[in-house]
Amino acid sequence: METSRRSFLKAGGLCTLGLASLPAADALAQAALPKVMANPTALVGKKWGMVIDMKKCWEKGKEGCKDCVNACHVTHNVPDIGNVKEEIKWIWQDEYEHAFPGQATHYNEEFIHGKKFILLCNHCTNPPCVRVCPTKATFKRKEDGIVMMDFHRCIGCRFCMAGCPYASRSFNFKEPRPFIKTELNQTFPTRERGVVEKCSFCEERLAKGQIPACVEACKPGALVFGDLEDPKSEVRKLLASHYTIQRKLELGTGPNIFYIV
Amino acid sequence: MKIYNGDKIIPGLIIFLGLITLPLWYNMGKAAPAPEPKLDTPVIQRLAEKQCVLPKGEMRTGHMQLLNDWRTEVVRNGKRVYVSKTGKEFNMSLQNECIRCHSNKSQFCDSCHNYAGLPASTTPYCWTCHIAPKENK
Repeated sequence: METSRRSFLKAGGLCTLGLASLPAADALAQAALPKVMANPTALVGKKWGMVIDMKKCWEKGKEGCKDCVNACHVTHNVPDIGNVKEEIKWIWQDEYEHAFPGQATHYNEEFIHGKKFILLCNHCTNPPCVRVCPTKATFKRKEDGIVMMDFHRCIGCRFCMAGCPYASRSFNFKEPRPFIKTELNQTFPTRERGVVEKCSFCEERLAKGQIPACVEACKPGALVFGDLEDPKSEVRKLLASHYTIQRKLELGTGPNIFYIV
Repeated sequence: MKIYNGDKIIPGLIIFLGLITLPLWYNMGKAAPAPEPKLDTPVIQRLAEKQCVLPKGEMRTGHMQLLNDWRTEVVRNGKRVYVSKTGKEFNMSLQNECIRCHSNKSQFCDSCHNYAGLPASTTPYCWTCHIAPKENK
């Protein structure tokens, strides 16, 4: 069949028009059901962070208070293995010299002796655990900066534990379920042997419009959670009015947990 | 035609065939009945409109794909609400949503998975982490 130049160009033009209508067709298709969407009542932030007022914790908190730790570990079915080498921790307490090793001076001891700091995942701006994870089981959420884990995908290589300078990540050397001594939280999964776990900034609670469990549990209000990108947030107000320190800032990980001492 | 040592070879072959097909003879007529997953949990009975996330056929063949997609949407993209074709909203969670209706794991999940030869303790390993519903047996 002979095709004239004219009819060939006509057909070509029509085809181009058809291609141009693709985005419109896509948009129409997206409106159709079924679809997925975020919970409308979820808390929304661009960069979640936390300010921990250690003064409040020490002065107003009861001696040996572990409300935040207990609340977190009950909420997330964190096992209590009972030995330091295999312990699982999402939020925990440690001394100044261990938490801030570069900053301790000879005479700090007198001021801070025996006082425990509240430590948790720093949800770094530049998280080394995410960089080293070979399966992308650990990733940083673009919307709100939470460093999260997909437990399904974790192969238990423990690169992230070597990468994290804050010891925020724990490995399940044993089947954790027998070691969960509190009653199981039926709405949250446990983990299994061979995966790493860590604090998720209560991502599942934020999605329901609740603040993290540790913040909620702290009676003196020493833990303050909020959006670091929002100048009007409570965390930004605290940061603007107090001198704060961060853990191992010199490593360039950009930790997002701030301490008022 | 003459087979050398035929008096031994032919009975030998017959015995061999009999032995190798023994599993077939042994299991003849003992085929496990096809499972019928039970849907009569109290929650489902109370539902006015008995409609799952997708139509029954699609759920039967594609529930694993759906669960996988839900996982990705929830964990990676933070999208936790699924709006079905009928416009009904579902919380995308195996442990908090699927189980709310299908609280009979042993009859609903395990009956098929076991029939298909997937031991309940290994594959699919949903319940090594997700907490299985408490059943009144």
